[in-house]
Amino acid sequence: MDARVQPTSRLPAPIQALKNIVLFLLKSPTSTFGLFVLALLVLMAAFAPLIATHDPYAQDLANTLQAPGNGHLFGTDELGRDIFSRLVFGARITLTIIFLVSIVVGPIGLVIGTTAGYLGGKVDTVMMRITDIFLSFPSLILSLAFVAALGPSLNNAIIAIALTSWPPIARLARAEAMTFRKADYISAARLQGASATRIIFKSIMPMCLPSVLIRLTLNMATVILTAAGLGFLGLGAQPPLPEWGAMIATGRKYMLDSWWLVTFPGISILSVSLAFNLLGDGLRDALDPKQVNRR
Amino acid sequence: MEKSILEVENLRIRYGGSETDAVRGVSFTLGRERLGIVGESGSGKSTVGRALLRLLPGATITADRLRFAELDLPSLSEKEMLKVRGRRMSMILQDPKFSLNPIRRVGDQVAETYLRHFKCSKAEARDKALAMLEAVKIREPKRVYDQYPHEISGGMGQRVMIAMMLLADPDLVIADEPTSALDVTVRLQVLNILDRLVKDRGIGLIMISHDLNLVRNFCDRVLIMYAGRIVETLAAADLDKAKHPYTRGLLAAQPRIGGGRTPLAVLDRRPEWLEEIA
Amino acid sequence: MSQRRIRFYGAAGQIGTIAVTLLGLLLLTFFIGRLMPADPVRAIVGEDATRETYEQVYRSLGLDRPLWEQFFYYLGDVFTGNFGTSIRTGQPVIQDILHVMPATIELATFAILIGAGLGVPLGVLAAVNKDRWPDHVVRVFSLFGHSMPIFWTGMIALIVFYAHLGLVGGSGRMDQFYIGLVEERTGFLLIDSLMAGELDVFWSAVNHIILPAALLGYSSSAYITRMTRSFMLDQLGQEYVTTARVKGLSRSQTIWQHAFINIRVQLVTIIALAYGSLLEGAVLIETVFAWPGFGQYLTSNLITGDMNAVMTCVLIVGVIFIGLNLLSDVLYRIFDPRTR
Repeated sequence: MDARVQPTSRLPAPIQALKNIVLFLLKSPTSTFGLFVLALLVLMAAFAPLIATHDPYAQDLANTLQAPGNGHLFGTDELGRDIFSRLVFGARITLTIIFLVSIVVGPIGLVIGTTAGYLGGKVDTVMMRITDIFLSFPSLILSLAFVAALGPSLNNAIIAIALTSWPPIARLARAEAMTFRKADYISAARLQGASATRIIFKSIMPMCLPSVLIRLTLNMATVILTAAGLGFLGLGAQPPLPEWGAMIATGRKYMLDSWWLVTFPGISILSVSLAFNLLGDGLRDALDPKQVNRR
Repeated sequence: MEKSILEVENLRIRYGGSETDAVRGVSFTLGRERLGIVGESGSGKSTVGRALLRLLPGATITADRLRFAELDLPSLSEKEMLKVRGRRMSMILQDPKFSLNPIRRVGDQVAETYLRHFKCSKAEARDKALAMLEAVKIREPKRVYDQYPHEISGGMGQRVMIAMMLLADPDLVIADEPTSALDVTVRLQVLNILDRLVKDRGIGLIMISHDLNLVRNFCDRVLIMYAGRIVETLAAADLDKAKHPYTRGLLAAQPRIGGGRTPLAVLDRRPEWLEEIA
Repeated sequence: MSQRRIRFYGAAGQIGTIAVTLLGLLLLTFFIGRLMPADPVRAIVGEDATRETYEQVYRSLGLDRPLWEQFFYYLGDVFTGNFGTSIRTGQPVIQDILHVMPATIELATFAILIGAGLGVPLGVLAAVNKDRWPDHVVRVFSLFGHSMPIFWTGMIALIVFYAHLGLVGGSGRMDQFYIGLVEERTGFLLIDSLMAGELDVFWSAVNHIILPAALLGYSSSAYITRMTRSFMLDQLGQEYVTTARVKGLSRSQTIWQHAFINIRVQLVTIIALAYGSLLEGAVLIETVFAWPGFGQYLTSNLITGDMNAVMTCVLIVGVIFIGLNLLSDVLYRIFDPRTR
């Protein structure tokens, strides 16, 4: 009998892991909702020109403030633009923000946190002082300050949000690194002559990855709200960009009579934020080391 | 013949979500004596203790008979059980580091037992608690009364636990590994205090332990449990004459001062021990 | 080392940490203030100023000095309480802030009472019923509070509860014609109106504060609920809970008289932190409800481009946050007998 172990799947390991996680998430109705909304967001953003019924920037001053119906799924705004199409293209902005922020915040927070946690001593103290300073502000307020200083625009909003979002990730990575560095296999690696960089990148960081991913997902929910808040205050994407928060701000004047101006953007923001929260919770259950055998 | 305090017949306990019973058909009686239940982890001995007090949430407990004094335990409502726990039946837990509430004074926790079951003033309960602290040989009971659990030693903490659980004068006390968390030097002290109190008050004591030697010296009778069943019942004095291979295996595995230097026997577990006696 | 010495060094270390954090905060706000592409001199002198006027103002602002020297002037200003003058009101910024702060504190305090009053019991409920339906309901409930864009919910709530149902007051702190009726003594309208004996102003104030405070409270309750649940679960798994049950205490007695008292200190800590986070929501809520508080002051300064005022506001928020963190640390130390 062949005693060699044959792999049971033909997919490479990370893809298989991803598939397992997704399958696990689909077992819970709340996580499924989260995945669904996220998938919808990505689809809307990717195929915006195909899904949108009108040009999001096309004004039709004869048709302003129309209620939903009559070819306008969600009605028109004060300049006659189709709200549904603006929402769809706004999904692109939302996705851009999420993507860029997480691309920046994840790696930076992870590197800073694990380095500080592993090396300890002065490096740790200095890095922690810096994160403490950033943590002293609620993220909206600090983002406000940055955007106000740099000038209101989508890019500056993204930079500002990213600057305020990395400290919690760094904190978390640091705490995890500090737990893992005591492990025997780290000592073994050091005895073999591995450099600190190698240990950090190859041994410590992968162990911190699950919790960082979970926290990142949960933080995205807040990032969405902060971005929408900045947009609402006029500090994010500037008109005529169809950013959801900005749409609510401009629609505010007319909302008493034209409820559709603010309702749909608001529901979109709520749904995406909710989705990330649910997804994060689901990931927490999926990646919980105590439940690994369930996968 | 004096009526026994506790009569257990065919006790079966299954934890929710489990496919097998944790306790399978355990039967025994208890008089005003000291009964030891010995077994390894997972044998079900602690489960039996907690089942008597009905403190196993999510577990199904069935028995042909579960009589405590004049009470039929399974038929009691939760409200009625509240009057039984602490007053007629109580349990000494293992580790005072964890079993005492860290942010309440030790004396208050003892007095709480009295306040719970008797209508009295706080001062009266305090006096009773102080008297009890003296009974468990705590010197300076007034000072210890005001201390917090982290400020007292393990031995003292366990004596506080004994005081707490015997204050209302119960008929049955279950001691779940009462000395396992203590330093070896303190164990005998605590056991002696428990011993005297139990004798003086005529309390029926169930001592749950994994330590065969301890139970042998302290108890009148011993039950050996394995995999949820009782495999042997005998008087403590007759332990050397034990018949069941598991008991014999346990005895053989005990190191003895002055014994030979050959390797200690390792238990050879037989599958037939898992089967129930019809 | 004696106990006293240890505590002294511990306290000194903490003060040192805070001092460094404060310094970093000041550096950050100074740096952000200098980031702006807009020309601060132009903002003061206008487009048509002569070169001499421009240079004069430039020098008076200290902009010709090296950066580190400017920072020291900035520090000096901060420590003497000189935060410049508001472009919009012409008053010293610090005076403006002191004027608008009470409105926000009133709102935030009301909100945290609602948030904690809602969050703590729900958290206990969820913990005691872990994984059963009350736990799930609580989770979904607090999830909404955590995920909603508060400015949007505020707007919708105003429409529904004020415009359509007339249940609560509209924007502002009180009805229009009551403005100016009550003398401002503490700045807290609820207290001032009671002190002046103007009961209908009081009720108008209550009417107006209830909706924004409820929304803010709901959004902060999510965090409080989650932490309470977590703390309670930790306690409920402890052996002393079994001891209490063995003694004959009922489930609810055990929960409230034994488990809950062990988390009180931690709860105070997180409530203090939640209070700080309310400042963030306050900025948005005050805009929606036209609430004349600190948040509105901040946003109006943003609109006029008064960077000095904006950065001062940001600095104040940072200081408040640090203060709250410190307070919660201190409270923890006082109330937990194990750390004595």
